[in-house]
Formats: sequence, structure tokens, C-alpha cells
Amino acid sequence: MGLCLLAVLLPLGLLLLLLGAVARDAAVRLNLDFLLGYSSRHAAHAGILPAVVGSLLLITWTAILALPAGVGAAIYLEEYGRGGRIASWIEINIANLAGVPSVIYGLLGLGVFVRALGLGRSVLAAAATLALLVLPIVILSSREALRMVPRSLREACYALGATRWQAIWRVVLPMALPGMLTGSILALSRALGETAPLLVVGALTYVTFLPDGLSGPFTALPIQIFNWVSRPQEQFVRNAAAGIVVLLASMLLLNALAIVLRHRLQKRPS
Amino acid sequence: MAASHIDTGAGVHKFAVRELSAWYGAKRVLHAINLDIAANEATAIIGPSGCGKSTFIRCLNRMHELVASARIEGKIRLHGADVYDGRIDPVLLRRRVGMVFQKPNPFPSMSVRENVLAGLRLTRSLPESGSDEIVERALGRAALWDEVKDRLDDPGVGLSAGQQQRLCIARALAVNPDVLLMDEPCSALDPSATAKIEDLIHTLKQSYTLVIVTHSMQQAARVSDRTAFFLSGALIEFSATDRLFTSPQDSRTEDYITGKFG
Repeated sequence: MGLCLLAVLLPLGLLLLLLGAVARDAAVRLNLDFLLGYSSRHAAHAGILPAVVGSLLLITWTAILALPAGVGAAIYLEEYGRGGRIASWIEINIANLAGVPSVIYGLLGLGVFVRALGLGRSVLAAAATLALLVLPIVILSSREALRMVPRSLREACYALGATRWQAIWRVVLPMALPGMLTGSILALSRALGETAPLLVVGALTYVTFLPDGLSGPFTALPIQIFNWVSRPQEQFVRNAAAGIVVLLASMLLLNALAIVLRHRLQKRPS
Repeated sequence: MAASHIDTGAGVHKFAVRELSAWYGAKRVLHAINLDIAANEATAIIGPSGCGKSTFIRCLNRMHELVASARIEGKIRLHGADVYDGRIDPVLLRRRVGMVFQKPNPFPSMSVRENVLAGLRLTRSLPESGSDEIVERALGRAALWDEVKDRLDDPGVGLSAGQQQRLCIARALAVNPDVLLMDEPCSALDPSATAKIEDLIHTLKQSYTLVIVTHSMQQAARVSDRTAFFLSGALIEFSATDRLFTSPQDSRTEDYITGKFG
């Protein structure tokens, strides 16, 4: 038992140490000017506004693309195709896709969205790539949530003369929603931190403007951080530290939101 | 299938089941059942666990086919119309042939009132007005109105188990069926809740045709007019309840009702 405790405490301690160091570096730069500033050659004037806006835009569009597709796929697999040959074939592929490294998704996005579909190095191409990346997670967690709805309630619906779709829409989905929401938010918070696919798809690293719509060039928080970290000047490394704090804070915020939502929705009348 | 029908009165067959066999995959669970179910009577189905009694009533409202790999052979007629005819929509059939399950299963996110109206809401057939009357009438018929009239907006799952089961009966009655199938409706209830449901069965059979699966022979004797005894997927004996329990014709029926097995 002592060993297990050590196994928990050691990584936690190291993580805290690391976070402490980052926070110390970040302290000098974490202010409003940094949050609202644009890229600059001078580390002290550089800010992360384009990166924050870019990330927000990316996440929003990833959600818009991935959630309906993911939830729809989960409903098909769980409620309609169950046990069928097509469904089990899709299932195996989804499980495999969840394990594919994100760089590969980046290459896929570059080939399909940026080049073949001609979206260019745009927000939309990157969001579509991230949507593909999180789709397996959204599908898996949505299926899990659907599976939690007891069979007896579906039977109650059918016995009342409801069609399969009426049962899904009015009874099953509302009950599965909290679980689906939690899974989806966690998937999106993963997308928020992804760097590799964005690099491949072609996010910019030096941006002095806000993204102009969906078809324009953009940058994102992890990209900006990556860029600053790789600079030799120590001041830029401090910028990176401040960026990391902002990124971590927004991810924690998303995860907390997932927990709160799940708690709220589950406590409802039941 | 027309929603309205001519009430044919007592003694007339509601369901005519002919050579009904049912399978789950390769496993045969019913063997060529022939049985007539009379209108406005309570017909009890008894037999040891796994004898196919639940499968039998699930064939009557086509719930059996919802299980993948399940299939049937034979004919079931409801008022002369073949229930398994390709032109009959199982969804519409189930609005005429309601069902109550073993474990009370009110919808957890809905209030008492919403539960009663759930069937009509689900199928988008709730009228613009008059839902209060529907709720009162359905709960009244399920002998629950007096107990819950002051907490219609409380969650349905907040009621006691016996009240939940009567709520499920009210929910089934609200869609206006003329047959009510009950799959061991009291097996999850205590004796006093069971007694209430049994009283209710006596009242309900005046307006509905009831088919009740039960594992309790005493219950079958108390509530039913006719009783069918199933064993290993076959119908062994079917007759008036008093006759089946006082002078069974088949030795297997006698062994079962005298407690030699089961």
C-alpha cells in the first residue's frame, strides 16, 4: 500500500513542482496587456489575443462539427445497428481510430481538408481536423451514456405505442444528455490542447491580427506557446509560461464545467 | 387498424391464438400454443419460471420481436384481424394492447402527471386541452387518484412501489387500450400493495380484457376467470379458474398446483 501511495504522490509532487516553476515564470507577464496584446518581436510587448480568439473559434467549430456527428453515430450504433455486421465493423474502426496519434490526423486534415477540399490553411480546415480527432471520443462516451438508460424505460415507451425514434427522442436522449455532455466537453478540452495536427494543417505562429472569419489564417494557444518556447531569449520563455497558465486555466475551467453540468442535470427531478 | 371498435361483450374471444411458436435465435421457447382469450375477463397465465409465459404475452402486443433474433410462427387474431399481418403497424397495435411490467418503471425525469400523459406525448396524440381530465380519469381508473391528487407535480419515482405500479397502469390506460397485459405485476410489491392491485384487476376487467402472467397460483385463483398452465413452452391445460384449481385434468397441472414442483 505504501508503494501505491508513493506512486500517486510522486507524480503529483513533480507536477506541482513543475506548475510552481511555470507559475513563477509566468507571474511577470500575466496581466491584461498580455491577454489583449498581439504578436510582437519584442517579448515584453507580445500578447496572446489572436491565439485565444483562434482557439475559441477552433473549439466552437470543432464542437459544431463533431458533436452532432458523434451523437448521431452513437445513436445509430447503440439503438439501431446493434449486433449488425455493419455496426460491429464500424465499432472496431472507431476503437482503433481513438488510438491513432494526432499527427496522423493532422496529415489527414492536410491531405483532405486543406488540399483536396481546397479549404486552405484556414480555421475551418483545422476545426474539421480536430473534429475528426475527437469524434471517436465523443462517440464512445455518448454510447456509454446511452447504454446507462435502463432497458425497462425503452420497453415502457414501446408498450405505450411509441416508435423507436419517439422513444429515443423523448425518453432516452434526455436521460443520456448529462453523460453525453460530460464526455463531449472532455473531448473538446483535449482538442483545445492539441498542437501537432494544427502545426501540420498550417497554423501560423506570428499573427498580428484576429482571425477573419472561417476561411482565413489563424493561430491557436498551443501553437503560440510552442513558438515562444522554441525561442532562445529567456523573455519569450516567460511569455510561454504565461501562455501555459492561460491554457491550463481554460482547460481546468472546461473540465469543471463538465463536472458541474453533470451534477446539475443528474440531480434534476429524479 | 381502426382505433374504435364495436364492444363485443363478455364471452366473446378477444384474442384467438393458433399454433403459436416462438424462438430466440435457435432456442424455441413456445410450442404450438392454441388459446382463446375472452373479452372482459381476466385470463391468468401460470407456470414455473422459464416456461414461456412472459414470451407468450409479449407475442400478443408484438413486443417479442423487439429482441434481435426473436421470431414467431403461427397466428394471433385480435377481433379477427391478424396481428402479424404485414399491413398492421406494431406501434398502433401496442396502443390498443397496453402492457404493465414486472418492475414498476415510471419515467424518472417526469412528474406523476407527466407520467400519465407520457404515452400521449410520446406519440404526439395529446389533445390541446382536456389533459387534466385525462390525468384524473386514468389515475381514477388505476385507483390512485385519491392518493396522489395533491402531488401531481411531484416526481413519479417518489411514490411507493405499489403506487408506482398503479401509476404505470394509469399510464397504460391513458392511451385508451382495450386489452391490458400484465407481466407479473405484483412480483416486486409487498402484500398490501399486491392486494390493492388485485382489487383493481377486479374493477378493470369490467372495461378491459386482462391477461395476467403470475408466478403465484393464489393470485391466479383470486383474480382470474380462466387460467392457462404453461410448462416448458407448451400449454398443458386451459380452463375456468375454479375448475383448473379444483379438478385439473392433466396430471402435470395437478403436480404443479399441489406444489410437487415449480
